[in-house]
Amino acid sequence: MTIQREFSNRSKQLCDDALIEMYRSMVTIRQFEDEIQRCFLKGMMQGTTHLCQGQEAVSVGAMKTLRDDDYITCTYRGHGQCLARGMPIDRTFLEILGRKGGVCQGKGGSMHLTDFSRGLLGSFAIVGAGLPVAVGAGLSAQLRGDGQVSMTFFGDGSTNIGAFHEALNLAAVWQLPVVFVCENNLYGEYSPLRATTTVDDLAVRAAAYDLPGYVVDGNDVLAVYDAIGDAVDRARRGLGATLVECKTYRHSGHSRTDPATYREQAEVDAWLARDPIARLRSELVEREILTIAQSEAIGSELLANMQEVSHAAGEAPWPDEKVMREDVLV
Amino acid sequence: MGVCMTATLVETSYREAIGMALAEEMRRDSTVILMGEDVADAGGVFKATLGLKDEFGAARVRDTPISEMGFVGAGLGLAITGYRPVVELMFADFIGVCYDQIANQIAKYRYMSGGQTAVPMVIRAVGGAGLRFGAQHSQTCETWLLANPGLKIVCPSSPKEAYGMIKAAVRDDNPVLVLEHKGLYGNRGEFECGEEGLVDLKNPALVRPGKDMTIVASLAMVGRCLKACDIVAEKGIEPEVIDMRVLRPMDVSPIVASVRRTNRLITVEEGPRVGGWGAEVAAQITDEAFDDLDSPPLRITLPDHPMPFSAPLEDAVLPSAEGIAETIVALHEGG
Repeated sequence: MTIQREFSNRSKQLCDDALIEMYRSMVTIRQFEDEIQRCFLKGMMQGTTHLCQGQEAVSVGAMKTLRDDDYITCTYRGHGQCLARGMPIDRTFLEILGRKGGVCQGKGGSMHLTDFSRGLLGSFAIVGAGLPVAVGAGLSAQLRGDGQVSMTFFGDGSTNIGAFHEALNLAAVWQLPVVFVCENNLYGEYSPLRATTTVDDLAVRAAAYDLPGYVVDGNDVLAVYDAIGDAVDRARRGLGATLVECKTYRHSGHSRTDPATYREQAEVDAWLARDPIARLRSELVEREILTIAQSEAIGSELLANMQEVSHAAGEAPWPDEKVMREDVLV
Repeated sequence: MGVCMTATLVETSYREAIGMALAEEMRRDSTVILMGEDVADAGGVFKATLGLKDEFGAARVRDTPISEMGFVGAGLGLAITGYRPVVELMFADFIGVCYDQIANQIAKYRYMSGGQTAVPMVIRAVGGAGLRFGAQHSQTCETWLLANPGLKIVCPSSPKEAYGMIKAAVRDDNPVLVLEHKGLYGNRGEFECGEEGLVDLKNPALVRPGKDMTIVASLAMVGRCLKACDIVAEKGIEPEVIDMRVLRPMDVSPIVASVRRTNRLITVEEGPRVGGWGAEVAAQITDEAFDDLDSPPLRITLPDHPMPFSAPLEDAVLPSAEGIAETIVALHEGG
């Protein structure tokens, strides 16, 4: 089985409003992550966080393919997916700052964003751990028979841990409606992929389980939408799981303490030149869906809102102490 | 396999009690799904799930690959999306390869989400020594799990408990680990089946009243302690025996009440001494009933080395009824 690199061009069917909405979603994620970073520098945020600037196209392109009743699992670098799925910005921000009103009542934090009302079944901070859980959600979907799909996001580093292989095998042998979305940002924490992995295209690993492996430009939101849309289609039609590798790049380091000095500047520059937001903007301007001025107005409008959300979160009270004793058992 | 339609007294083996409980709960609730290695076609290596695939079909009774991290994690995925999975670990020792899912995911899931979901999931893990299975297939694994808030951990010591605990575990909205003991599978016993047979997953239970000391034991050690009591009865010693039953959440109040009457405590567990539940019980009894104790709590445990294979060596490692009786007599005479 070879890797598939060509996909249906379903993105051509997206109307102008849908495209503008995707653009707004990507800008929102970028601004959110930038604002979280600022909160760190200002000492407003504690612990650690894993930002996804540069990877917004994967989150937004993927979420656009899903129905409201589908299931999603994310990783500790999951802010983008949660926001793209519609997790409220204010309650997400409150959670990440550990304030009252956060989506998980301050008991999850940046690495465990969860919103069952939107099918966001959880963000997993142990590498690979979300994949088997998504397979279980896929089995649930299959048993129910309503055409639901389970989508799991994970990084390149996850493809070397056992849970990845066990999950792919289980999804394959039971022909489950699971879409495995690998965000290959070329680094597992501080280590370049080539130092830990012998293959360049991680999608080849699908072949070991007789599953289709897709490779797509993860910095092209419409290409992501096309490729993942095909995988979701397969899943809904009962044809089973797909491994989709989205080639992308994180603009920042692994976590807040990582300046990412292990990366060559030329490599960083090359990827910055392929910024997914700039690319979508160029395309929308070229297709006369958006003007430069309109795109700037969107940026300003969203930024003003983001700053308001951030300010309000910083002023919000801490959670009541009693919540820490709740929800251990039902 | 036994069938029970109304509340009746039945007499079965521990193995059959497990199968009966699962079958009844699957009939009652179509969201109950069984998964595990060889549980469907083969009926489980210890035959507890024999016949269930025939009755409930391949969708609900599923053979899995040898892939505990995968299918235990998948169980969690089912549990948070509308099903009630019962996952079997063929040997409790295999908890080692899915410990992340149990300790980091399943146990903390409800908490980390701020109570957005329940995790109605059962993990049946078959542990215990005495069958010459060597170091990696003989552990009860009680101590491995003890330190995980968010789990319920129950230890059935008889067919009655196995039946009632599994039924209650399936209906519980929390993740429940049922630590079964393979050495008990052939033991027979009487119990009420049907709704009357449900047991709570809360407290230790008195299994033999007495007055001279309190003995708390779990799993196969309960039976050995009862035998030990028969032995010391000839000397006029009457220990009280409590079945620990529930390791988490741990409730020592019945043990406190007993020690206040007997003034002595022995714990007997099939696990290592350091970090065992006996240490925790002893500590809590010392906290709550120090003035009632006539002597320090005594712990009978496994020695601090892995389980050997050879029959006489394994027998020497496990606390015997005779050995427990000697400890009882020594404590009684010493006191």
